[in-house]
Amino acid sequence: MTPKTLVDKIWDAHLVRPETESTPAVLYVDLHLVHEVTSPQAFAELRNRGVRVRRPDLTLATMDHSTPTTPRSAGRLQVLDVQASAQLKQLETNCEEFGIELFGLDDTRQGIVHVIGPEQGLTQPGMTIVCGDSHTSTHGAFGALAFGIGTSEVGYVLATQTLLQRKPRNMELRIDGVLPRGVTAKDIILAVIAKIGIGGATGNVLEYSGSAIRSLGMEERMTICNMSIEAGARAGLIAPDETTFEYIAGRPFAPAGADWDAALARWNQLAGDEGASYDRSVHLEAASLAPMITFGTNPSMAIPIDGHVPNPSEAGSGPERVDLDKALRYMALEPGQSLLGHAVDVVFVGSCTNSRISDLREAAAVMRGRRVAAGVRMLVVPGSRNVKREAEAEGLDRIFLEAGAEWREAGCSMCIAMNGDQLAPGQSAVSTSNRNFEGRQGKGGRTFLASPLTAAATAVAGAIADVRTLS
Amino acid sequence: MRPFTSLTSSCVVLHAANVDTDQIIPARFLKTIERRGLGAHLFADWRLDEQGQPRPDFPLNSPDAVGAAILVAGDNFGCGSSREHAPWALLDFGFRAVISTGFADIFRNNALKTGLLPVALSTSAHATLLEQLAESPRAPVAIDLESQTATLPDGTAHAFAVDPFARHCLLNGVDELGFLLEQDAAIAAYESTHTAHVCTR
Repeated sequence: MTPKTLVDKIWDAHLVRPETESTPAVLYVDLHLVHEVTSPQAFAELRNRGVRVRRPDLTLATMDHSTPTTPRSAGRLQVLDVQASAQLKQLETNCEEFGIELFGLDDTRQGIVHVIGPEQGLTQPGMTIVCGDSHTSTHGAFGALAFGIGTSEVGYVLATQTLLQRKPRNMELRIDGVLPRGVTAKDIILAVIAKIGIGGATGNVLEYSGSAIRSLGMEERMTICNMSIEAGARAGLIAPDETTFEYIAGRPFAPAGADWDAALARWNQLAGDEGASYDRSVHLEAASLAPMITFGTNPSMAIPIDGHVPNPSEAGSGPERVDLDKALRYMALEPGQSLLGHAVDVVFVGSCTNSRISDLREAAAVMRGRRVAAGVRMLVVPGSRNVKREAEAEGLDRIFLEAGAEWREAGCSMCIAMNGDQLAPGQSAVSTSNRNFEGRQGKGGRTFLASPLTAAATAVAGAIADVRTLS
Repeated sequence: MRPFTSLTSSCVVLHAANVDTDQIIPARFLKTIERRGLGAHLFADWRLDEQGQPRPDFPLNSPDAVGAAILVAGDNFGCGSSREHAPWALLDFGFRAVISTGFADIFRNNALKTGLLPVALSTSAHATLLEQLAESPRAPVAIDLESQTATLPDGTAHAFAVDPFARHCLLNGVDELGFLLEQDAAIAAYESTHTAHVCTR
């Protein structure tokens, strides 16, 4: 038998109908996650065509993108934006009509869709998982094939629990060795994207492997898989291991008893076979990595934090140079300059990339006994209400509040800037989110992507700072 | 879905690579529950100034852009978010096709499902097209989906690839849902031999 990769195994196990030259494969979906922004038009289409949701029991909805993160009053979240309020109500109506479980604003389990799936134990190895959101790749951290889809496809999955798909190519990203102090999962993925480029993995699924990846906890693995899409990848995943199983065990939707043993037996078969081949392999040494930060207007424009902004005149005369010139103009940066000491207005810790408890612990460890610099606004936004409660039980909220930061309700917040949390034109932010596109965090805003450690160090210094040398 | 068979139109050239979906349609316009009306916000932050007036230096606002149904842009068009609002906005504005050298996967998928044709030309054909449009900005390009060719203003025809099934759907103006619903028996058979791993209820 031909040795198979992890992706081959998941793919083959979900074929309702194999692909032919004239038709893509019909691929079964094990879990469909739904949120308020990309689903209303899909439900409307189902209604138009008189079609029911085939498997509401494999579907879960939450509210995260357009929800405010301002503190609750008397336990209730006020949605003042008329359009957002209508969109959230529409999701409630749709879930009720089609029989779908919804973690609404009053549900204690509400949160960012890619935080709650794993947190609830719904995300499991070997599954196919889709959501109308490009950061669905996050769930790949568990050895699931998870990818973002558009609204038309959200409708197809609601109606048939399947999708038409061509098999993607499979690219291996091997990272071996031990990470230096101050270097985190966020820095690994920013370095990966800088190396292979914003479109470097288009048409591919990325499988992360190697000793540096194996040594990471699940939340760090999620950070890495989350940003696979920023290199154009269809999905990103990591073969499940003891770390994965330990994380899942005991969670609300995780298998238990005899089911757990059966699941474990299945999950242990998932890792790629000896000798399985990839379409392409890229290798990085963990020891060579440094804390990374973006300087430009896409996530591949990243440098080591003590590095220098590249000079467009050294980037040839092609589109790279045009892109770089445009990015530096937008970011108001000079070629060759250092980013250390560059003043920022806002620091944002949150998003589906870095809003889990370990991210908040890292940021809090830096903030403990320190203050947010004068003139800087720091927002700390937990990824879910569960993360928020856990952080509060540990006293992390007190550390942030005493430092002068804002402690907010769970949601996508300033990562997407469609919920009231946003930069003003011309403001700069160090952000733990995943995209630094022009205006991503608010029209005219400038985003520097970095790890929670770098974000916290920057908040304290009032300017971009290297956590390794923070006094 | 509106069928796509062939199209002859002038073009608008956006000289930028890696045009992300946050530029095509900024997130603040995603609070709608409709598919229509997004054209008003297409490239909002590039196309319109602080007062909401057209920026004269933006290509879509050029007099040459009037009536153009083809957008020509750089490589990796549509990277970033999975928002189908991006192709909806392009269609609503009046575009029927985007020519580039490459598209981000999710954007390409979404475009094909909504009737917007992504045309990926070779780097050399794309460069030739840009040269010809620099010479005569209103010159027409003819796109024929049946034969999968784009004919440039100079009359040279260049092949482009489209998935055969997506091509079938576009030519006939049908979406994939009908096909998937017809797979009911096969899906039921799959479900009878594969136990669900989770139950969300």
